[in-house]
Amino acid sequence: MNCSSTQQDGVSVRVRGLRKAFDGQEVLHGLDFDVQPGEIFAIMGPSGSGKTVLLKHLIGLEEPDAGEILIEGQPIQSPEVMSKYRMAMVFQSGALLNSLTVGENVGLYLAEHRLKPPQEIARIVADKLEVVGLKGTEDKMPSDLSGGMKKRVAIARALVIEPQLILYDEPTSELDPLSAAVIAQQIMQLKERIHVTSLVVSHDRDLVFGVADRIAVINEGRILTIGSPDEVKRCPDPLVQQFLHADFERHGPHLVTEKH
Amino acid sequence: MFQDIGEMVLLFWRTLAALPLTWRQRQKVFDQFFEIGNASLMMVCILAFFIGGVIALQTGPLLVERGLGSYVGGIVGFSIAKELAPVMMAILIAGRIGSAMAAEIGSMRVYQEIDALRTMNISPIHYLVLPRMVAIAVALPLLVTVAILVGWVGGVAVSAANDHIAVSSEAFFSSLRSAVDLHDVANGVFKSFIFALIIGVVSCHQGLITLGGPRGIGRSVTKAVVNSIVLIVIFDYFLTRVLMK
Repeated sequence: MNCSSTQQDGVSVRVRGLRKAFDGQEVLHGLDFDVQPGEIFAIMGPSGSGKTVLLKHLIGLEEPDAGEILIEGQPIQSPEVMSKYRMAMVFQSGALLNSLTVGENVGLYLAEHRLKPPQEIARIVADKLEVVGLKGTEDKMPSDLSGGMKKRVAIARALVIEPQLILYDEPTSELDPLSAAVIAQQIMQLKERIHVTSLVVSHDRDLVFGVADRIAVINEGRILTIGSPDEVKRCPDPLVQQFLHADFERHGPHLVTEKH
Repeated sequence: MFQDIGEMVLLFWRTLAALPLTWRQRQKVFDQFFEIGNASLMMVCILAFFIGGVIALQTGPLLVERGLGSYVGGIVGFSIAKELAPVMMAILIAGRIGSAMAAEIGSMRVYQEIDALRTMNISPIHYLVLPRMVAIAVALPLLVTVAILVGWVGGVAVSAANDHIAVSSEAFFSSLRSAVDLHDVANGVFKSFIFALIIGVVSCHQGLITLGGPRGIGRSVTKAVVNSIVLIVIFDYFLTRVLMK
């Protein structure tokens, strides 16, 4: 998370035997997976399956009870990783600082770390806001923005860091289909523009199958399957199929879960 | 409880270690300082004036009855400077500013703003705690100095105006000068500095450990105020003991 690094390409992520329990209740049951540099890796699963907890481990906000997370082969907990690689997270709520303007939020990283002079920061902020389609909103307060705009500001704030690893927590939740499509487009454009490694946590099937290179489906803290979108669609696991094809009948309360 | 105490000591230590960064955060320190002064100055003056007045009203007639009217100024001045102004103002500030600190930091915690800061490698201690601690540590002693002066004025006003006391302002201040010296005022101001640190640490700590939604924020605010007041009263005893001539 340090701008002094000159490495531009995305970083690899390796997760081995990751376990986490809260108040004696195990939330993650020993997860193993790898994410390749520059890949869009999606983690999908029902609400409460441990997706957000996993994401928080991947950016160092939580410490695992057991197992390890390696960024380019180095443990995430080591101070070297935090200073060597630039990582950013787009929170489900956006997590913008409500007391700051949009411009101050986006430029916060550069201003607090004194990486650029104020005029340069203002220019970079304007550029990043333009990238996410929010040109000229610098002086607005977060409370003046819609949910979709907040998420795009959060993406702009992440872009300022020029991340090598970017984590998205439910980027399209609470958004209308049009705003969700804009966010999906942003995620793919970022990969193409700066070759960032992206981890997308979502239960939005359209988003995940639209943008991901590979998908992991998790349920109750366990990985059910990992593979390309086509491989996941063909996975015979009934829980995976139930999640992928969950629908409801107009005149009945029962879920329709047979394969389409 | 012991975990809370340990965490507060650690938070205080980390804030002390971050003190060299205060200049970088000067705008936030100034904003917080203005917030504390703006929110509290008028209330401090009103409270101090009436505390001075009521102490004069309680002690004045008794002393005058016994022919000790020349001691009114000394007793009012001494009790305000060394005890009432620092403790009462600290309690006022714990209620007004400590609660606001806990609520603001608590809501930032609940709405993941603090997590967002951490992902940007911005320390919540540098960004949130340090400016608040520095601002309150400067503001409260200044407010207490004002409170001491206003409290004396309240004492003079009541002593001179009340027929049962009827001690002139000259006699009041003469008595005050003979009983209270600069050391006594410094003693009260120093206590308020320690109280400010208590309010800052307790309130910021409660904010940072807030869990849950609005109910969690409410719980943190209540705990911040109550714990601050309890600690202020306990520390007051021990500080008074240590600072006794």
